[in-house]
Amino acid sequence: MAMKHPKIKNIPYEEFKDNETFEELVAQLNAGGTNVIVRPLDDLINWGRSNSLWPLTFATSCCGIEFMAVCAARYDIARFGFEVTRNSPRQADVILVSGTITTKMAPVLRRLYDQMADPKYVVAIGGCAISGGPFTKSYHVVKGVDQIIPVDVYVPGCPPRPEAFLYGMMQLQRKVKAENFFGTTNKKQKDPYRDEMKQKGEELLKQAEQA
Amino acid sequence: MTHNKYLRNHRLTEEAPAPEAPKAAAPAGPAPKDAAPAAPARNACEPRTVAPDALRAELEALRAQGYDFLECLTGIDEEADGLGVIYHLCNTQTGSRTVLKATAEGRENPILPTASDLWDIANIYEREVYDFYGVKFAGHPDMRRIFMREDWVGYPFRKDDKTEENNPLRMDNEPLSDTTTQYNADGTTETHTIFGKDDYVVNIGPQHPSTHGVLHFRVALEGETIRKIDPVLGYIHRGIEKISEQLTYPQTLALTDRMDYLGAMQSRHALCMCIEQAMGVEVSDRVQVIRTIMDELQRIDSHILFFSCLCQDLGATTAFLYGFRDREKILDIFEETCGGRLILNYNTIGGVMADLHPNFQKRVKEFIPYMRRNLEEYFDIFCNNVIAHNRLDGVGVLSKEQCISFGCTGGTGRASGWHNDVRKLRPYAAYDRVTFNEAIRTEGDSYARLMIRMDEIRESLSIIEQLIDNIPEGPYQEKMKPIIKVPEGTYYSSVEASRGEFGVLLVSKGDKNPYRLHYRSTGLPLVAVMDTACRGNMLADLISIGGTVDYVVPDIDR
Repeated sequence: MAMKHPKIKNIPYEEFKDNETFEELVAQLNAGGTNVIVRPLDDLINWGRSNSLWPLTFATSCCGIEFMAVCAARYDIARFGFEVTRNSPRQADVILVSGTITTKMAPVLRRLYDQMADPKYVVAIGGCAISGGPFTKSYHVVKGVDQIIPVDVYVPGCPPRPEAFLYGMMQLQRKVKAENFFGTTNKKQKDPYRDEMKQKGEELLKQAEQA
Repeated sequence: MTHNKYLRNHRLTEEAPAPEAPKAAAPAGPAPKDAAPAAPARNACEPRTVAPDALRAELEALRAQGYDFLECLTGIDEEADGLGVIYHLCNTQTGSRTVLKATAEGRENPILPTASDLWDIANIYEREVYDFYGVKFAGHPDMRRIFMREDWVGYPFRKDDKTEENNPLRMDNEPLSDTTTQYNADGTTETHTIFGKDDYVVNIGPQHPSTHGVLHFRVALEGETIRKIDPVLGYIHRGIEKISEQLTYPQTLALTDRMDYLGAMQSRHALCMCIEQAMGVEVSDRVQVIRTIMDELQRIDSHILFFSCLCQDLGATTAFLYGFRDREKILDIFEETCGGRLILNYNTIGGVMADLHPNFQKRVKEFIPYMRRNLEEYFDIFCNNVIAHNRLDGVGVLSKEQCISFGCTGGTGRASGWHNDVRKLRPYAAYDRVTFNEAIRTEGDSYARLMIRMDEIRESLSIIEQLIDNIPEGPYQEKMKPIIKVPEGTYYSSVEASRGEFGVLLVSKGDKNPYRLHYRSTGLPLVAVMDTACRGNMLADLISIGGTVDYVVPDIDR
């Protein structure tokens, strides 16, 4: 019951670029064999998940306007199940980082990412989110959003065309389909700040007691 | 529209008639004219220097003479001479303008008198100068940083600042102070609190769908009524003005499109015009007309987006889709000629990047009646709707005096009866050869601001209609030297961008890159006025007021 090539609506497998990376992902998934019962269940759940990825309404600059164009009538992101843009990170599956991230915005973005529930994905849209884009010389711009949060798909462009948005989202759909939902993806991520916050809290308590 | 037709629209190169052999960058045109002209440039504005001690008296005198509009307040690092501030003042009655400059002594503790009690907008402009240059304004009640984090070290716009060294990426949450400092001329300081003890403060943003970008308001509430708004800016501050100081002139152009991306054509037009006028380059008539048409198309694009977003914010999602349907038509026209949809990179110094696409006139002529018809739909679906009236009528009223004092140019000022259209006041490009009305309303409320945009779409269509059949022949690009040097001096040019007067202040020392390049943001005054416009209104009205004053955040933060 090895994982096969997933079918993505409207784009045949051969027309995707960079199939090599994807095949590596599939090979990793299939290494050591797959479970006969769990894998079909995984496929079913991933089919559902990949066709209802809810993006967070998050835009800092120009790419956000193109994102609005993608959501509107002509490009109609709803055809692929991405139209339910959520204003709260707690309800979103994917964050489309569209626009420049400045050093002032960086902690806010990190917090938004931390607030999202697992499984969660990040798409870096546009030159600014990928590498700082035209503003790499700036003192106030993060040179690539992958310094702050892990990125799944990069969509280059300044801003990317709406077709590029859709293509990037379909790449993400493939990635979602090549995952073990049960046992891996649905496992709760360990809160990276829990220990740190606990320590801080104890310190503060101690200080308060001493005072 | 059928699916096939839609696809056809995108195969531009196949369907379009083969373009004529490219006119090699106008060899027949006049000889290169980048030698320094004998007469001062048309847009030169050499500031009158005032001693710091006499500055306050001078400013008060000018205010009393009727200079009621502070156009720009720009900091500049004069290196050995100290840190300077340039004031652009305008008398809205007579139209006369004056430029002052004062230089603070020393780099450790430079201090100048405040103008924040004379013009409301000076409050936020002076905070900007303090943030960038560290110039303290004596008597300013709220001397906090505005774009940088409060724990930022140094002043990034100073020429000797080690910004990158002192400021690594900080991932801890930014501190937000509740107190602020006032520096006095006699060296004493006073501490004020921003909010009262009993104020209930709600944070809106920086991640909020209706702030139109990454804007952060701290709102003090009494029940549901707004008592005070404290805007926190800089979440998309990229330091474009500072980066420009290391770039050559043609390179600086690329960044203008990315400030106000809904006024990309106009911003870039302003910078190109500023450099051309400073160098004494005359662009051909053809370029002037092309730029005018493009500016107006961009204005329609921006106003449609304004309408769509306002409707979306107020819950009318259908109207949002209607707006975007029409906006795509303009983007198609842009795409054919410029190659881009949003970031267009079309204007260049001395012309435009490429000649008009053969389909341009045809498509624009199709678009004009199409848009006129669809504009009526906007009224049917939203503007005449009782819900729109309830949400917008009498909400966020601004008087003409408030608009002038806050420098709210563009539609927001015109909705309050302030005649501030740069196209009428100081015609540029081809605006002197077309007839159009300046859209004016006097109510000053949110509904008037919406109506101004609708009126302007009509006027823009009429401007384009007058020009589209009369595009003169001529070169689309003047011959320029590969390295462009602007003669030494101070220059200021402004255009009417989608949401107000967009100005470019260029200080050149004769090098191939600018010494100081300042953009008069159209949005910063609009955010500054939010406190005044919202006080006493409901929290929900903040959304409709913010939507109708129409700011674009990357333009505010630059």
